[in-house]
Amino acid sequence: MAFFHALQINENVCEGCSHCMRVCPTQAIRVRDGKAHINEDRCIDCGNCFIACPHKAVFVKQDDFEEIFKYACRVALVPAVFLGQFKDEISVSRIYSILNEIGFQHVIETEITTPIYTEAKNRLEREGNTKPLISSFCPAIVRLIQVKFPGLVDNIIPVKAPLDITAMYIRRKLVKDGWPEDQIGVFYVTPCAAKIAAVKSPVGEEKSSVDGVINMDSLYNRVYKKIKEQGHDYKEVKLPIAQLTSDSILTSLTNGERRLSVSEHSLSIDGMDNCIEFLEKVENEEIEDVDFLELRACDQSCPGGILTYNNRFLTCERMFNRARYVAGKERRGELTRADEVEAEREYLLNNIAVGPVEARSISLDPDISKALEKMNKIKELERQLPQIDCGICGAPSCDALAEDIVCRGCKLSDCIFIQRNMEARKDMKVEESLEIMETIWGDEKIKNFVKNK
Amino acid sequence: MHLEYTVIEGDFINAGSASSSIKKTLKQLNVNPSIVKRVVVALYEAEVNAIAHAYGGVVTADIDAGKILLRVIDKGPGIPDIDWAMQEGHSTASPEVRNMGFGAGMGLPNIKKNVDRLNVQSTVGVGTTVEMEVNLS
Repeated sequence: MAFFHALQINENVCEGCSHCMRVCPTQAIRVRDGKAHINEDRCIDCGNCFIACPHKAVFVKQDDFEEIFKYACRVALVPAVFLGQFKDEISVSRIYSILNEIGFQHVIETEITTPIYTEAKNRLEREGNTKPLISSFCPAIVRLIQVKFPGLVDNIIPVKAPLDITAMYIRRKLVKDGWPEDQIGVFYVTPCAAKIAAVKSPVGEEKSSVDGVINMDSLYNRVYKKIKEQGHDYKEVKLPIAQLTSDSILTSLTNGERRLSVSEHSLSIDGMDNCIEFLEKVENEEIEDVDFLELRACDQSCPGGILTYNNRFLTCERMFNRARYVAGKERRGELTRADEVEAEREYLLNNIAVGPVEARSISLDPDISKALEKMNKIKELERQLPQIDCGICGAPSCDALAEDIVCRGCKLSDCIFIQRNMEARKDMKVEESLEIMETIWGDEKIKNFVKNK
Repeated sequence: MHLEYTVIEGDFINAGSASSSIKKTLKQLNVNPSIVKRVVVALYEAEVNAIAHAYGGVVTADIDAGKILLRVIDKGPGIPDIDWAMQEGHSTASPEVRNMGFGAGMGLPNIKKNVDRLNVQSTVGVGTTVEMEVNLS
């Protein structure tokens, strides 16, 4: 089965430096012929490689912006994090006006349906048959569980994420307004790669309600360019926008879901390593008395997404300020309620469920006796390897090389320690070991290096 | 395949390290997650038993295509009445151990629920061997 991945490697730029290989949480990356390669079965689109790459060789594939003009009715689905990218003096309505000007007749914030999402989730939390329930909000976490923790897929709450619910809502509204279904184009402005994968190959549903994805950094550039061009001379079009509640503004931040959870014991964890550490414990049955887990792959959750421009801590601060301002309005009864969304509450709640999340197991072999045979060989090889995980073989660890030898045709002599031993025993010539290094790190790198010396 | 681990008396901090490692192995072998879960639960209980009641011991696992055979062999006081200990709520754990959240008398009964075959052999003053077998398919 093929999975869509937004993260790709530009081979023209990749130097094969292996920084990405060392930070991949699912050990999906190998270096061969001097270039990094991503194993599609293992990749969960978390973006660790994107952050680690010093050459900007990892890129996030996006739809061409001109795609939006294929549709007569164009919607920008914008998460609150996008507004958090701009300085306070640039008003929400100014940003909306610019989005309008560059082609979107409709702008809607992703979090507008958060109250409905929360209600659906809380219903399932109250039933609470499986513990702990894990939020489906972060698509990188859903994919992490599929690949690395297949035993926990049933713990994931089978509810659409707010972005899908809002896309479903706006589509229905526009159809009611008289737009033909196929002329409506809903484009999500994404802060991360995993959400692109979630739109292009959704988990637990056939097709997403979103038609395309625009990377947040590229839209930021477009909007910021307009702001610079306009200077002080601009007109703000007042768009009929429903206002987010203070709770909704905070959903995509760490603790955003947890603070609204009805569960007695809930945790919120951000950062890939932290999430993995805790999921290991959950899988080992070491965790008792936790009912709900909000897990987010990025540090500081969505403000830490790889396609954001602004510093994640500053984005959080801006979003908190916005929430505080709105909370004041709420207290004074001044907030315009999202009545149109409320009117669709029942419809949305009835269509919010997704099918079961399936495991994407990365076992050695579907046949257990063959897998056992392979594992015996792997264990034997692991004993022969130096266990210092230097990565010179082009694999992230000695254990990964052992597995690659048994399952993917790599050789024990890919290990530099083994090569040295073979040379000492006269089983290998220096030229031969250089040749091996060339197949891993590329002939250019090795030849130039030797020549320069 | 044969795997072996050491369990140290009173070392609750490392309780579960054997079950965690065996879990990893079973996952790579493509064993059904619900079976992996049963193995982990049973072995974790047995590990905690050896840590709480005995003076430490060893955990061994033998895996073949059809089943996993786990043995937790401890040196310890032994269980005078195995039938009594197999009943829910029966525990000889010290107040100290109970304070740490263990010793509710659910250990052996919980193991029994999760494995396909259970055999407990014990000699008072010498030690206990808990032998558990789980079918893998």
